[in-house]
Amino acid sequence: MRIIVCVKQVPDIAEMEKMETDPKTGTIIREGMPAIVNPFDEYALEEAVTWKEKQEGEVIAISMGPPQAEDALVKCLSMGADRAILLSDRDFAGSDTMATTYTLARAIGEIGDFDLVLCGQQAIDGDTAQVGPMLAEHLHIPQITYVNRIEVEGKHVVATREVEDGYEVIRCRMPLLLTVVKGINVPRVPTYSSLSEAMDKEIPIWTAEDLDVERDRLGLPGSPTAVTRIWYPVPRTGGQVLTGEPPELAERVAQVLLNILQG
Amino acid sequence: MGISVIGEKCTGCKKCEAACPFGQIEVIDKKAVIQEGCTLCGACHEACEVGAIEVERPILQGASDLDTYRGVFVFAEQREGELRSCTLELLGEGRKLADKLGQELAAVLLGDEVEDLCPLLVAHGADKVYLARNSNLRFYQTESYAAVLTAVISQYRPSIFLFGATTTGRDLAPRVAARVRTGLTADCTSLDIEEETGLLLQTRPAWGGNIMATIKTVNHRPQMATVRPKVMKKPEPYPDRKGKVIHIPIKVNPKGMKTTLLEVIKSREQTISLEEAEIIVSGGRGLQSAENFKVVEELAQVLAAAVGASRPVVDSGWKSHPYQVGQTGKTVQPKIYIACGISGAVQHRVGMESSETIVAINKDPDAPIMQIADYAVVGDLFQVVPELIKVIKSRTKKGESRKNLT
Ligand SMILES: Cc1cc2nc3c(=O)[nH]c(=O)nc-3n(C[C@H](O)[C@H](O)[C@H](O)COP(=O)(O)OP(=O)(O)OC[C@H]3O[C@@H](n4cnc5c(N)ncnc54)[C@H](O)[C@@H]3O)c2cc1C
Ligand SMILES: Nc1ncnc2c1ncn2[C@@H]1O[C@H](COP(=O)(O)O)[C@@H](O)[C@H]1O
Repeated sequence: MRIIVCVKQVPDIAEMEKMETDPKTGTIIREGMPAIVNPFDEYALEEAVTWKEKQEGEVIAISMGPPQAEDALVKCLSMGADRAILLSDRDFAGSDTMATTYTLARAIGEIGDFDLVLCGQQAIDGDTAQVGPMLAEHLHIPQITYVNRIEVEGKHVVATREVEDGYEVIRCRMPLLLTVVKGINVPRVPTYSSLSEAMDKEIPIWTAEDLDVERDRLGLPGSPTAVTRIWYPVPRTGGQVLTGEPPELAERVAQVLLNILQG
Repeated sequence: MGISVIGEKCTGCKKCEAACPFGQIEVIDKKAVIQEGCTLCGACHEACEVGAIEVERPILQGASDLDTYRGVFVFAEQREGELRSCTLELLGEGRKLADKLGQELAAVLLGDEVEDLCPLLVAHGADKVYLARNSNLRFYQTESYAAVLTAVISQYRPSIFLFGATTTGRDLAPRVAARVRTGLTADCTSLDIEEETGLLLQTRPAWGGNIMATIKTVNHRPQMATVRPKVMKKPEPYPDRKGKVIHIPIKVNPKGMKTTLLEVIKSREQTISLEEAEIIVSGGRGLQSAENFKVVEELAQVLAAAVGASRPVVDSGWKSHPYQVGQTGKTVQPKIYIACGISGAVQHRVGMESSETIVAINKDPDAPIMQIADYAVVGDLFQVVPELIKVIKSRTKKGESRKNLT
């Protein structure tokens, strides 16, 4: 079984509040903000490695991003991926989800046959959840999104997906693409020795040159959507502080709730 | 633009015939033949295992062609024959956009025995309803729904296509956008028309609401967006409004699909979904145990609210993952969010910070959640919450729900 896991490196927003803002523009100074593997992608990777261990096969982690994204791939190797590929090129910069998935699809085409592609439910920086379905379309394979349980039965997968009012159970022949939610597993923590082993592994960097791509579908120029304005909303501030004895507090809170509901 | 069968590759397997939702492929002499009525939906291309069918859709680059795309379309999401409330919100918003453009608003409705919903869609603002009715469309499935929507886009060429940012909308819209090769903006919280250009201005939060961005799709059509539920206002219905229903003839053969929906399981635990709830009562590590968490559930019950949780509650197994609010859980935007025993770490806040009113009950006045709460209640939740339940109950008549309070 060959499983490809798509991994994105994202900024760690926990660090955001510690970041300084530029006093003139009010924008956050992002340089030096630590980056992490998108948490949902760790679940995807863990699931891939678990199935590889049961079924034998290969797990390949693939990421598109700046050269630093290599760190995210090292973590994937330390968690059990057999190999990793970084797609990095100035020409990929500014890609929206369409250009990203076009590029990822072409790279996966270079890798060759596979049984599963796994993605996280969404990336915590953009929160779009679009890369999975778009990538599946480019690859001409079915998709199952928001998956919290995977069973492999011969050449088929039976997946359970979380929807607003419950679950759906879907069966599909491989190859297919799945996006996974948090509840699916508990990712392993790399050990010191698995990390140092991972650091010794070679991570090839593929550029546009290495892919069979139409250049005008890459990066910013190849992106149908364009960001025209970015701003920082005024952070939320506190309101009233209520103190007192519990019965009195309860009375006041109830009044607040009723006022809102009646208003 | 068009569709072609590569003769040497075609094996005459008939998979495409089964997959075509419009009955426009016939295998004659072991070769697929495409009929006149082909809508370029791409279902055959998806179904073909030997790559013998190529579909080419126009790629929009020239400004001249863009003007031929007109109208605002809304995906009318239904579950078990009931419209999702986000659909009505989208119609209200879509109506405003359509009026600004001087164009039509249409709803696209797929399902089985759903024609009763058409008058409702019209009353809430739709000039037209495109209706695809088929027993195999009863449940949402990516393959069949994507094929129908692609056909609708190819035939009726809308300028704007909106979806609710629900699990269905977020599964379907990107699949369709990639197939027709256009842009898609996720989870918008505000939409407008740019006066000079008539382009759709799509505004959305990123980085958990720390950044807002306005996005345009300049050279591709339709301009597609998913819209966060609960943000747009539901319009007043006008039962006398007139609208037209256009039937989309469709036949879906489940055998032509690669995925099979085996089972739909309704969760018995949570009857109100977090994304659509007016009120959410959420509990955190301050509750200390699964047993204690029941007090949160009881408060939710008397308020007819949904239950939410912070991550430690989920990681300790007191509640399952669908209840988690935050960066690795759900993003919610209720009228009232009541946080009990939650400190308000940034990963939790990004999931609930855009709630209209935040009430936090915490014994630590310095907890981060208290700095953003509209009502920061300083106290022991084990004393305050039971009292609160008592007060709410006393104001609710026996056996009646919260609704009677209002
Ligand atoms: C990658 C990543 C993703 C994450 N995603 C999420 C996410 O999606 N959602 C999420 O919630 N967290 C998430 N977290 C975890 C987050 O950082 C915090 O650890 C978590 O939100 C804390 O939960 P809590 O507020 O319930 O617990 P605590 O931080 O322990 O807070 C408990 C609070 O209860 C109060 N309290 C205790 N006893 C009482 C009492 N008797 N009466 C009143 N108040 C009391 C305390 O004063 C305290 O403020 C994530 C973390 C990481 C690293
Ligand atoms: N640049 C990227 N490189 C590799 N995988 C990605 C990239 N961006 C997104 N993904 C994958 O797609 C998922 C959804 O991302 P998004 O659509 O951006 O929310 C992520 O969880 C990743 O698995």
